[in-house]
Amino acid sequence: MFDRLSDGFNSAIKKLSGRGTISESNVREAMEDVRTALLEADVHYEVVEEFTENVVEQAKGQKVLESLKPGQQMIGIVNDELIRLMSQGDDSQPGIPRVSPGPTVIMMCGLQGSGKTTTCGKLAGYLKKRGRSVMLAAADLQRPAAIDQLETVVQTVNAEITTGPAARFYGEKDKAAEYGKAVGVAVKVCQNAASEARKAGVDTLILDTAGRLHINDELMTELRSVNKALSPHQILLVVDAMTGQDAVNSAKAFHEQLSIDGVILTKFDSDTRGGAALTVRKITGAPLKFIGTGEHVDKLEEFHADRIASRILGMGDVVSLVEKAQQEVNEEEAEEMAAKMAKGELTMDDFLKQLRTLRRMGPMKQLLGMLPGVGSMLKDVDIDDKQLDRVEGMVNSMTPEERKSVKKLDQSRRKRISTGSGTKVEDVSRLTKQFDMISKMSKQMSGVGVKGKVAAMRELQKSGGSLPGMEGMPMMPGGRGSTKSQSPKRGFKKRKGGKKRR
Amino acid sequence: MALLKSVFGKVKKGLERTRDTFASGLRSMLLGRKLDDELIRDLEKRLIQADIGVQTALRLIAGIKADYKAGKMTRGEQVLDYLKSELKALWPEEDRRIHFADTASTGLPTVILVAGVNGAGKTTSVAKIAKSLVDDGKSVLLAACDTYRAGAVRQLEIWSERLGVQIVKGQQGGDPAAAAFDACDAALARKVDVLLIDTAGRLQTQDPLMRQLTKIRDVVARKIEGAPHEVLLVLDATTGQNAVQQAKKFSEAIDVTGLFLAKLDGTAKGGVVIAVHEAVGVPVKFIGVGERPEDVEPFDPDQFIEAMFAE
Ligand SMILES: Nc1nc2c(ncn2[C@@H]2O[C@H](COP(=O)(O)OP(=O)(O)OP(=O)(O)O)[C@@H](O)[C@H]2O)c(=O)[nH]1
Ligand SMILES: [Mg+2]
Repeated sequence: MFDRLSDGFNSAIKKLSGRGTISESNVREAMEDVRTALLEADVHYEVVEEFTENVVEQAKGQKVLESLKPGQQMIGIVNDELIRLMSQGDDSQPGIPRVSPGPTVIMMCGLQGSGKTTTCGKLAGYLKKRGRSVMLAAADLQRPAAIDQLETVVQTVNAEITTGPAARFYGEKDKAAEYGKAVGVAVKVCQNAASEARKAGVDTLILDTAGRLHINDELMTELRSVNKALSPHQILLVVDAMTGQDAVNSAKAFHEQLSIDGVILTKFDSDTRGGAALTVRKITGAPLKFIGTGEHVDKLEEFHADRIASRILGMGDVVSLVEKAQQEVNEEEAEEMAAKMAKGELTMDDFLKQLRTLRRMGPMKQLLGMLPGVGSMLKDVDIDDKQLDRVEGMVNSMTPEERKSVKKLDQSRRKRISTGSGTKVEDVSRLTKQFDMISKMSKQMSGVGVKGKVAAMRELQKSGGSLPGMEGMPMMPGGRGSTKSQSPKRGFKKRKGGKKRR
Repeated sequence: MALLKSVFGKVKKGLERTRDTFASGLRSMLLGRKLDDELIRDLEKRLIQADIGVQTALRLIAGIKADYKAGKMTRGEQVLDYLKSELKALWPEEDRRIHFADTASTGLPTVILVAGVNGAGKTTSVAKIAKSLVDDGKSVLLAACDTYRAGAVRQLEIWSERLGVQIVKGQQGGDPAAAAFDACDAALARKVDVLLIDTAGRLQTQDPLMRQLTKIRDVVARKIEGAPHEVLLVLDATTGQNAVQQAKKFSEAIDVTGLFLAKLDGTAKGGVVIAVHEAVGVPVKFIGVGERPEDVEPFDPDQFIEAMFAE
């Protein structure tokens, strides 16, 4: 996508370079790809229209032609505008404010199945870790066993997050009723929860309300009544990150009726591009506070507009990748590795080291999805942990000498390795062939920008790069410390004009 | 094999919303209108807002534009005909009924496996299907194989109590494949007509969980010949383009045989099922139109298309 966008820009803008002036229609033409990218990412139609208009205006003023790489510059403008829209007026501190006297009351709301209850637990965990005492109240009397679910969630929070005061649960199981029969009762339950919370002296009370359709008047009225009765300090809308165009309708309705204070986007660990984030932000103006990235109680992250912006554009979440990599990769080691690769001196040991590092960094696909260009390319390649195990097994069965120089691997050695690792001789041959190719490639690739790398990767794939998990390998050190191209993170900071990134 | 007629023969009032939109939909937008650029743009907007996907929308619009430029298409009526025939072509005649086992002669139950991403509406849809089957005079056994999510087993248990159907419960935190294994045993021992298996929500990106789903399917296939007879993927109608990804991955893991499009009672149009249908080639069998067990309808492409254009 990144490639397609930048190629599209370049060609559209090149067309006019003969004339030396940039006309609006040229920018417009170039913007068609952006428009498509945003729509494919599920950003709402009208939000996209407005967005592209804005960018066209800005690009006109910016003398795109004078820059060396107009395509890159346009992407910069697009990316910055996305970030601006998603973080605008959002200088409030992240997280959840605390009022005194307490308790701080937080009301969660959203459509059915958006992930409210799970998110309640994560939020409680987030606050607990920060030393806050939390009570969770089950105000979903509609869905069967919703109260049980929250009760279990609270137990899990306490079992898994050991720092901070224990979270408490409040629920009235006898009030649960069949669909449509307990409407209104939730108000009373919430009031009772509030007085319990005061008695217990907790500093935060989180209300888990039932999922409801924004067009269900009765249930929306119930929410308004809770709002009136308790005046929550924060009303948070929980939105499924995979939501399509309809995000506009639900966000609008919830916001109009409740005036929401923040948004939490769930299920971001899917491969959704997450355009709903932009839509909801635009419609409500409320800050995007957190994203949920897994079912586990600690999978709640603060929202970073820059990361989501590049994801929406299909550019991959470069910054997160670099950060994750930095946690795992020792800086010097990486530089060393990059140097080795540049000289074509990569050994099987280095390779194995990289493999292990990559594995530690979490599910492979999630990682690959963060790499520009590569993400979409490898999305459909099946990366199988079992295959990686086998690669590891094969390398482990090589002697130190063999690991230094795979050229030594004749048929009999290959046979020995395959027996040692419980694989087939063909597997060993394929590994060596690929390794060979990778080391050649990495030599060529050092000093090449992202685009060149992607091209090289494509070559590798075409030439039978069927050993899953290996394709991403050379990208690691290259992406961080290659000679000519800057590290993506540095590039990012610069583009944002020195604005501090949280 | 005794293929029964549509399980859900009766048309319900649940779809009132969809019908209302009939008037405000495509017809009112096009009939009596002269075709111009503005109208074309408006059409594009409606198509995309229905989550039909940019590519499909642009393809349809390109067809209209071309005919408009050539002077072949000038009136709204023509656009209506064009769109209808194009969209209908995307929904070929196909069998949207539930596949049943030939229980009468083999004595083996029909097994229906239900899967989908978190919160899509699986458990509720299981309850809906169960109710329809019971209303049709079949004996049903529910299998609560979501042993992962807090309260999930209890949720299905409450449905079983409300509907008066039997249930086999998995052990919280236990192996869901083992639970499916036990459920098959129970279904055979109790000689029920249909075994309905609810599974835990999972994202298609979670490989280990997708493998677990394959395992559940394999267990069922080994226990009961010909099973699972139906593998339903529940999609949330509010989902955008990611539904295509979901359908592909779930199909790879468990050979989906039909789609259940839940939550069509909201304002979402669910247009992405067009792309989903194209990608995996299995029919949409049911739509969910509410939270009660009776809020289910057989899928009707004509109605669906009409509703897609509603404001
Ligand atoms: N309005 C509406 N709500 C629905 C429909 N189907 C399910 N729901 C609601 O969506 C929410 C989630 O439904 P569940 O059936 O629990 O979804 P699930 O896929 O089993 O969820 P997990 O097991 O947690 O992954 C519940 O509040 C249901 O009442 C539908 O067709 N329309
Ligand atoms: Mg469920």
